[in-house]
Amino acid sequence: MTISTGSPWHGSMQEPAGGADLDARRAVEAYMLPSAEPVRLVDPEGRHVHNDTYPLPDGGALLSAYRELVVGRRVNDQANALVRQGRMAVYPSSHGQEACQVAAALCLGAGDWLFPTYRDTVAVLARGVDPIQALTLLRGDWHSGYDPYEHNVSIQATPLATQLLHAVGVAHAAKLRGENTVVLAMCGDGATSEGDFHEALNFAAVFHLPVVFFVQNNQYAISVPLSRQSVAPSLAHKAVGYGMPGERVDGNDLAALLAVLGKAVDRARDGGGPALVEAHTYRMQSHTNADDATRYRTDDEVAQWVPRDPLQRMRTYLSELKLLDGAVEEDIAGEAERVATALRDGLNAETQVDPEDLFRHVFSEQTSQLREQAAKLREELSREEPSAHGSGA
Amino acid sequence: MGTTLTFAKALNTALADEMEADPTVVVFGEDVGALGGVFRITDGLTARFGEERCFDTPLAESGIMGMAVGMAMNGLRPVVEMQFDAFAYPAFEQVVSHVAKMPNRTRGKVKLPLVIRIPYAGGIGGVEHHCDSSESYYAHTPGLTVVSPATVPDAYTMLREAIRHPDPVVFLEPKKLYWSKEDLELEALRSSAGSFGRAVVAREGTDATLITYGPSVSTALNAAAAAAEEGRSLEVVDVRSIVPFDDETVSASVRKTGRAVVIAEAPGFASVASEIVARVQERCFHSLAAPVLRVTGFDIPYPAPKLEHFYLPSVDRILDAVDELQWEDA
Ligand SMILES: Cc1ncc(C[n+]2csc(CCOP(=O)(O)OP(=O)(O)O)c2C)c(N)n1
Repeated sequence: MTISTGSPWHGSMQEPAGGADLDARRAVEAYMLPSAEPVRLVDPEGRHVHNDTYPLPDGGALLSAYRELVVGRRVNDQANALVRQGRMAVYPSSHGQEACQVAAALCLGAGDWLFPTYRDTVAVLARGVDPIQALTLLRGDWHSGYDPYEHNVSIQATPLATQLLHAVGVAHAAKLRGENTVVLAMCGDGATSEGDFHEALNFAAVFHLPVVFFVQNNQYAISVPLSRQSVAPSLAHKAVGYGMPGERVDGNDLAALLAVLGKAVDRARDGGGPALVEAHTYRMQSHTNADDATRYRTDDEVAQWVPRDPLQRMRTYLSELKLLDGAVEEDIAGEAERVATALRDGLNAETQVDPEDLFRHVFSEQTSQLREQAAKLREELSREEPSAHGSGA
Repeated sequence: MGTTLTFAKALNTALADEMEADPTVVVFGEDVGALGGVFRITDGLTARFGEERCFDTPLAESGIMGMAVGMAMNGLRPVVEMQFDAFAYPAFEQVVSHVAKMPNRTRGKVKLPLVIRIPYAGGIGGVEHHCDSSESYYAHTPGLTVVSPATVPDAYTMLREAIRHPDPVVFLEPKKLYWSKEDLELEALRSSAGSFGRAVVAREGTDATLITYGPSVSTALNAAAAAAEEGRSLEVVDVRSIVPFDDETVSASVRKTGRAVVIAEAPGFASVASEIVARVQERCFHSLAAPVLRVTGFDIPYPAPKLEHFYLPSVDRILDAVDELQWEDA
């Protein structure tokens, strides 16, 4: 199958089978099935691979996406360092998955929506969210640091797969309101086992909504390998069960991701309904800094993915096209460094947390109980002398 | 010979001992196999007992819980791990509609001897969804036995008793205690009869009773120690079992001291702490010299790491409450 623009089919399963109908039905089923192999447009050696369905994005688009890719890698490295230095509580790194991150942000238009997870900080930044605001959650200052309406980026979701239904709701509202919005909803391979994943895909299909479900299959859910999540031929095949097309793509191939996601987004915008895109990639680092991946996978396994790095192949490809040379590389590196410096400076600065914030946003109008509790805390904190009882627990 | 065990290792030992003793005990959940659980409570169990006895499931809490119901219906004793307090919520329907009700619906014909282990509560600087005190949801659901150990020996004995219990048990593990250590006689503990369903007096005192459980027991004990330096003798009751609730031990203490403060990390509104206050006033009214007070979390979503110290019941907050108990000498 390929994700084609337009809607060849959106009907019910109750149509009688036989003759021409049967042929049409088979064609629809075939259309929903993913390609035999993950779509790849640039191989790990940096060579273009021809694909009948997906043309290669033009050089300019690839170069600006590559820029984001380099910045994304730098953000991951910097965030890891800041966790080690105790400046952040935790960081689930997308090292190795940056092509997915960048493509997820770049395939959308300004009015579209992105629904990211805890691992998708780089996608959030690529969409234009301020880095310091984006890292507020993982720094531990507040549960989210940015205004979702500013860039149409929902808060990063931790309860797995729950955000997919919110994405469906935003798309449904957009449809009812006559807006031309596409919603891209992200999750991991593990999250596809949650009930909410299935409910979200089914709702999106039944209501024929403009949602692109984007699964980053990085092979692991913390320690649990993909084989314990699903024995389906691929995660993309699940799409067929809901009545939407599925596609699989090399998740370390930025060009292929831009092409496949771009097509799914265009199709959704043109009224073609939802689609499921599965990116084959790999979580190169531990789940978070708190995890120890050596307990459940070998260094050899990880090493096999090093040559498939998403940056390397794009760099080779663009250099060969003469779009990338020393000067451009330097310019991009400079930009990545500026972002990293801003992160460092921003996160090294002490933030002032205001304890009254605890009570401010629970309800639109503060209840009398919360007013009382806030006053009590204020009184406690305002005692000039350290408490008569000495320090706390 | 004494051994030093962490709270986590005591739980791990209890699981291993019970799996050894009873071949129908099976352990499953997310990351409990090769990884040994994110808190290592199931460490080594797959290696020792095999993949059939301790295994990872697909990532779906409702699935885990529903499958546990079926396994318990068919002769096994499932011990499931919910990875964190807030990640047990997808399983809530199974817990409330089936785990809690099946024995009652079938007039006791179907028993569900299963254990739901949940690392809960805060104090570890965890980000959102990793620090909820969810005990009130379970305690409010008739049919669920709800317990929470606060010491290393209790971690061991209460988990073994929970697994042997004929009814479903929500076993709440205060995650800030996982790394706490105690010296104990493991062999003696192995052969000792426990006191499942009973509260204990964790520290004797005469002037007022601090009633608490789980993560707040250590804070209450610290408060009692601080109060002793100021000449006030506080008794600390560790409730241990929220359901069933040991009215006898709690009431006896309050009748003796005449004053009480209930301490819990969860938001106080409509909480286990509110229930304890109500029960104490109903039973001990004529012995009380002052209203029973509460020190609980605020009625707000659990705060981000940098703000959690404003939220958690502290020694100071407990002692402030004790000061308010209408002392004649004040
Ligand atoms: C409902 C729920 N259950 C459990 C967790 C704990 N948890 C956080 S991340 C994770 C693994 C998720 O794996 P996957 O969906 O593949 O995404 P990845 O982390 O690999 O990006 C788990 C089990 C959670 N966040 N939410």
